[in-house]
Amino acid sequence: MRRTRHRALVQGIAGLFAVSLAFLLLATSQCFGAPANPSPTNIFRPSSTPADEVFHISIFVLIIAALIFAVVFCLLVYSLVKFRRGPDDDGREPPPVYGSNQVELAWTVLPILIVLVLFLATARVIHSVEDAAKPPAAVAVIAIGHQFWWEFRYPSVGIVTANELHVPVSDPAHPTPTYIELRSADTDHSFWIPRLAGKTDLIPNRTNSMWIDPHEVGIYVGQCAQYCGTQHAKMLLRVYVDTKEQFDRWAREEAQPARVGDTVNQGRRVFETTACINCHAVSGTVADGRFGPDLTHLMSRDTIASGAASNTHENLRLWIHDPEAIKPGSLMPAMQLSDQDLDAVTAYLETLR
Amino acid sequence: MSSDSIALNPALESTRPIGDRLHDWVTTVDHKKLGILYILYALVFLVIGGIEATIMRIQLIVPHNHFVSPQVFNEMFTMHGTTMIFFVAMPIMFGFANYLLPLMIGARDMAFPRLNAWSFWLAAFGGLLLYFSFIGGNGLYGAGGAPDVGWFAYAPLTARVFSIGHSTDFWTLGLLVSGIGSIGTAANIAATVLCLRCPGMTLGKMPLLAWMNLVMAALVLLAISPLTAAQIMLSLDRYLGAHFFDTQAGGSAVIWMHFFWIFGHPEVYVLVIPAFAFASEIIPVFSRKPIFGYPVMVAATVAIGFVSFTVWAHHMFTVGMSSYANSFFTISTMIVGVPTGIKIFNWIGTMWGGKIEFKTPMLFCIGFLFQFLIAGLTGIMLAVAPFDWQLGNSYFVVAHFHYVIVGAILFALFAAFYYWFPKMSGRMYNERLGKWHFWLFLIGFHLTFDFMHIPGLLGMPRRIYTYEPGRGWDIWNLIITVGVFFQAAGILLFVCNLLWSRIKGPVCTSDPWDAWTLEWSTSSPPPEYNFAAIPVVRSRRPLWDIKHPEDPDWKYE
Repeated sequence: MRRTRHRALVQGIAGLFAVSLAFLLLATSQCFGAPANPSPTNIFRPSSTPADEVFHISIFVLIIAALIFAVVFCLLVYSLVKFRRGPDDDGREPPPVYGSNQVELAWTVLPILIVLVLFLATARVIHSVEDAAKPPAAVAVIAIGHQFWWEFRYPSVGIVTANELHVPVSDPAHPTPTYIELRSADTDHSFWIPRLAGKTDLIPNRTNSMWIDPHEVGIYVGQCAQYCGTQHAKMLLRVYVDTKEQFDRWAREEAQPARVGDTVNQGRRVFETTACINCHAVSGTVADGRFGPDLTHLMSRDTIASGAASNTHENLRLWIHDPEAIKPGSLMPAMQLSDQDLDAVTAYLETLR
Repeated sequence: MSSDSIALNPALESTRPIGDRLHDWVTTVDHKKLGILYILYALVFLVIGGIEATIMRIQLIVPHNHFVSPQVFNEMFTMHGTTMIFFVAMPIMFGFANYLLPLMIGARDMAFPRLNAWSFWLAAFGGLLLYFSFIGGNGLYGAGGAPDVGWFAYAPLTARVFSIGHSTDFWTLGLLVSGIGSIGTAANIAATVLCLRCPGMTLGKMPLLAWMNLVMAALVLLAISPLTAAQIMLSLDRYLGAHFFDTQAGGSAVIWMHFFWIFGHPEVYVLVIPAFAFASEIIPVFSRKPIFGYPVMVAATVAIGFVSFTVWAHHMFTVGMSSYANSFFTISTMIVGVPTGIKIFNWIGTMWGGKIEFKTPMLFCIGFLFQFLIAGLTGIMLAVAPFDWQLGNSYFVVAHFHYVIVGAILFALFAAFYYWFPKMSGRMYNERLGKWHFWLFLIGFHLTFDFMHIPGLLGMPRRIYTYEPGRGWDIWNLIITVGVFFQAAGILLFVCNLLWSRIKGPVCTSDPWDAWTLEWSTSSPPPEYNFAAIPVVRSRRPLWDIKHPEDPDWKYE
């Protein structure tokens, strides 16, 4: 009776541990099996050199960790099973062993060697990502974190936009990486697009930088990764990797001032005579606020409220009417406009292409 | 060496009016009563912190959930972190140290009994101050509001422009006040271990628990001080217009990070070293063998203490440090793995060749060993700075440090609870309930924290009150939340077991585990003066020497 109970106990322990190990393996396979898990933010689906470098070192570290785990886990389970008190135990104390210098030396030196190898491999990656020389063809962008949205500036071409970063795809033969200078207008933020690069913080009074060289055209998503206040969760981030031609066309259009037609004069008047212009800019008009996103080419963006909602007529109108409905805690105030004015302003904004 | 005690009439004790007995507890300077006060106080906050965690997990069970507002969610994670670290983990460790140290080194009390009481009441008052913010946090601006700046309260979110009202001040003052209490207790522990050991107990013959608490006390003294300094600077910023961290006036957000993490990382060892101490006392007794490699265990503990002060900026790999700084903190962090690895091997070495008995305390120790191994390995992954650029501030990190704090520290704590409960209460706990607690909590723990690694690998940042569907995070968050309820059930059984056994449990002898350290030589619960005659020891296992006069330890040590 006692024997079976003990055995069951030991088997239970070993079984549960094995199950949890299986869970971890499943987890890893979920992450690695790119087609099986189409998560757009999977760090194991790199599409840019910095993310790629991290991917390779992480596989190396995972393998070493798995080996260590396997060895120690087996030792642990073996000693639990082998040295459990048997049912026909004579009640005598086992022989005391106080230690062994040779054994201690062995399990000190071996880990030191492993640490040394891991460190050298890591230092190489740190250097190659952080100290990479900026090629002359690189695109320069300034990213400024705000509570709770992203401002992007392209100083060489005079573009100011928000939340949706456009960069050209980088052909490994002729790399056109994008170097991003990171600043903050208020609190700490962190720029994280898992498939393109690790995160780098945006810290007030400090200029950081990072770079990406996306290999494939497409939309890459991410979000702020440093707690920055109430709406940290909806400070989403989108990177559009365009072909060279698409990117040049986009940049040409963005650099133009707003083309405002006569049909929306009423909405424009409401916009320019209320508090809207305290925060928002529309280039070529009197609106030159800098606190909120630049709206000059609002309609060229797929989303509003830093990715919290898609840029549709209904969402835009709702956002102006009651920002709390979309993003509670956002710093945009509800403008308390009449229905008529609300429609007019929405119509005006919808012409800003 | 004596197991004699001068019996007080227990009937006399229980007939005293309740008011008198309560008065005894409030004014006590007895290390055992203060230890129990610390532990009870921490258990209350453990339940509060657990409720806060549960609220967060319910909010995250599905994407775009509306269980709580973003404001409340942010308050919950701030309070959960602050509570668990400062008002659960630290006081509970102090409680055990308080209760056990004098008993294990053959002393009649701590070195400074009044300082001891003062420290406890400061810690308790600190916790009340923090929680008063729910009522008074917004001060004259209106209703209450708990701090919502995160438990590491990065500048400049704590500046007055970003944190109006008084919630941040309650956070600052709560930690400042309880921090002074912690420093008092740490000084007390160090003085007790260094000065009050019984005759014959040289430093090399102390129980490992005493050694490890000595190192813990040194870490507290060195680590809490920068935190206290930072809290004072923050208050100066907020009320006297200083500009240490006020970035809008040219202050530095990064300096706060340095101050916080030079406290914050050693703090991890402040909590985990006492957990090591429990394992180092319990594993030998249930394996029926002395600890393997005692001097190496001591050396490894001291080494961890020293190295822990060189690793803090691994919390800051993403703030844009130079490649040299990142490399330095990578290697220093990895080096911690060596002494901790040595410890794991020594514990396995202790079990090796023993006769292991799977009582509840030992089960929790095995859980501790297994989970600490995994926590250490994910720690090595996070030490790799480039890997941390991806994993930092993601759910992977959250999973990692909960593996340390729950998987290792809390499991070791449960082991300690069951192991020393008979000593503290004089009654035996219920073994069956204890095992149910172990299995339920183990299942819940693994459901929650194994699966929590995955959304991190899939790019889910921490501290978000909601998330977008379609990122592959939904199913994992659901499983994580389900695990919480298993853990809650386990905790419920634990509390029931303690309460029931305290009242109805079978009365136990002074030495139910056939153990070897001095606390088991006196009655259960020990009398106020601990030992009628101060014991004299000749080895690390004085009770072994008494029980086996034909083969005593001191012949070999």
